[in-house]
Amino acid sequence: MTKPKQKANKALPFEEPLVQLQTKITELKELTRTADVDMSTEIASLEERMARLEKEIYENMKPWDRVQVARHPNRPTTHDYISRLFTDFIEFHGDRLYGDDEAVIGGIASFHGRPLTVIGHQRGKDTKENIRRNFGMPHPEGYRKALRLMKQAEKFRRPVVCFIDTKGAYPGKAAEERGQSEAIARNLVEMAGLTVPVVSIVIGEGGSGGALALGVANHILMLENSTYSVISPEGAASILWKDSALAQTAAEAMKITAPDLLEMGIIDRIIPEVRGGAHRDPARQAEMLGAALEDSFKELRKLGEQELVDQRYRKFKSIGVFSEE
Amino acid sequence: MIIRDLFKRTKGEATIPSDESKNVPEGLMTKCPECKHIILTKELIKQDKVCPKCSHHFKMTARERTENLLDAGSFRSIDDHIRSVNPLEFPGYEEKVKKDSEKTGLNEAVLTGFGTLDGREVALAVMDSHFRMGSMGSVVGEKITRAVEAAAERELPFIIFTASGGARMQEGVLSLMQMAKVSVALKRHSNKGLLFISVLTNPTTGGVSASFASVGDINIAEPKALIGFAGRRVIEQTVREKLPENFQTAEFLLEHGQLDAVVHRNKMRETLSALVRLHGKGTGYDEAEAESE
Ligand SMILES: [Zn+2]
Repeated sequence: MTKPKQKANKALPFEEPLVQLQTKITELKELTRTADVDMSTEIASLEERMARLEKEIYENMKPWDRVQVARHPNRPTTHDYISRLFTDFIEFHGDRLYGDDEAVIGGIASFHGRPLTVIGHQRGKDTKENIRRNFGMPHPEGYRKALRLMKQAEKFRRPVVCFIDTKGAYPGKAAEERGQSEAIARNLVEMAGLTVPVVSIVIGEGGSGGALALGVANHILMLENSTYSVISPEGAASILWKDSALAQTAAEAMKITAPDLLEMGIIDRIIPEVRGGAHRDPARQAEMLGAALEDSFKELRKLGEQELVDQRYRKFKSIGVFSEE
Repeated sequence: MIIRDLFKRTKGEATIPSDESKNVPEGLMTKCPECKHIILTKELIKQDKVCPKCSHHFKMTARERTENLLDAGSFRSIDDHIRSVNPLEFPGYEEKVKKDSEKTGLNEAVLTGFGTLDGREVALAVMDSHFRMGSMGSVVGEKITRAVEAAAERELPFIIFTASGGARMQEGVLSLMQMAKVSVALKRHSNKGLLFISVLTNPTTGGVSASFASVGDINIAEPKALIGFAGRRVIEQTVREKLPENFQTAEFLLEHGQLDAVVHRNKMRETLSALVRLHGKGTGYDEAEAESE
């Protein structure tokens, strides 16, 4: 696995006020140094304002702000978490049927001294890697590789963790020919029957069936600024209002953020992010994610094989909102 | 999600408005959208709603399908009382559902229940594309799940006729999760050794294609049915590649190993009946033994 050089974190549109204030502070500091004027009171006051503004912005993030954080080019990917959380990672390739889809990675690793199977969507960090990984949008063989590794985990009684991070399953001719629908559908049914603990964590974008195909888990966790949706905000806006520019409105209307999904009873837990988003401190973020994963495994280890299947069954069986009179 | 471009491909099936006077029943004659042949509507229904000239399979309502398929008068519907609400508070959603409910006489886009096929009881779910394009929200997911559970409970084969544009957008991620919900129920049904037949009809796309429709023990489709995960236009934009004329048709899927068979509607009843008979009550070996003795 190549390690492309990390580019500086680019500021997102909603962070613009912070950038402006920071520029002003830097200017004043520069002035103090070069022009021999004392601006320390002004600087202190601006820095205080900065702290308040940061708190205000980052603690009141709108759905569209979260979408942008979830899509930040430097947002940690599956591989970033694997390398920080696990030891002994050995990647396994291929679906044994057609090929190896690099939009999904998987393998075996140790977590706190115990073996586990890890699987996840994998985006690229730069254009070159993104082309190789098809921007994290799997073909059927990606899902079939994932299923092969889950069945392998079941045989050897290893728990499974799935990292969800995809805009969706790839919409292409070859994908249709090789049974994109069947590959996703098969995973849903087979994951339902796994007799080992399965934890799925949405770490970026969870796009539709292509995300769900790694998501039939005992526990579903979401990073605070990740999203999980039936369609992208742009897609929803274009269908609902024939205008993809209304994506921001759609992001709110479609209820796709972690707090939304927790409220709807779909996910079990939100993993908090470092202030400003996971890309600000990937190492610290990995620690926070690891702690949540350990909590889930601790709880699920108490369940027997049939209890795990039954718990997953009840969990999904209860999702839905309707009236019955 | 391909609801929008989906219906661009499906030609309208207009019944010809008959004389303005109220004495003549509406839609006395029907024109085939494929070959323009005009046929008595009554005759068309007798022909399983298949054009006698060109074999075009007209869309069927869920009620028409149960009548066409099951032993006369044997169908008993369940869960007709469950209703959609508006979980995401989309403007106008409830009105749209209500309107389609009045139009189709169904509570939602799927009709579920029990009936017999040549005397053998089956659990059945029939999706209806006249109701919100057959899209799947919480109620569709719940009704299918309950039908599968009832089939598992009573050890019956489960047959579904799919017809759907995919997920119900107005219910957001709740509609996505219905794919998983039906799947966990199907796994239980399957673990009991029971038979599940999926019959894919025009159109079966998006989230329905990518869940229960594709995982029958036996997957069959009606001729020329549009079946696929992603929309044709989306794919064309993505790959900038000419797609074959028969792309995402039942015949295309058969050619690529995704279906067990494409079955003409005139043969559907006898095909399903034979499959159910050969599987007995899901675990048909014993019954077959008994019959041969
Ligand atoms: Zn015709």
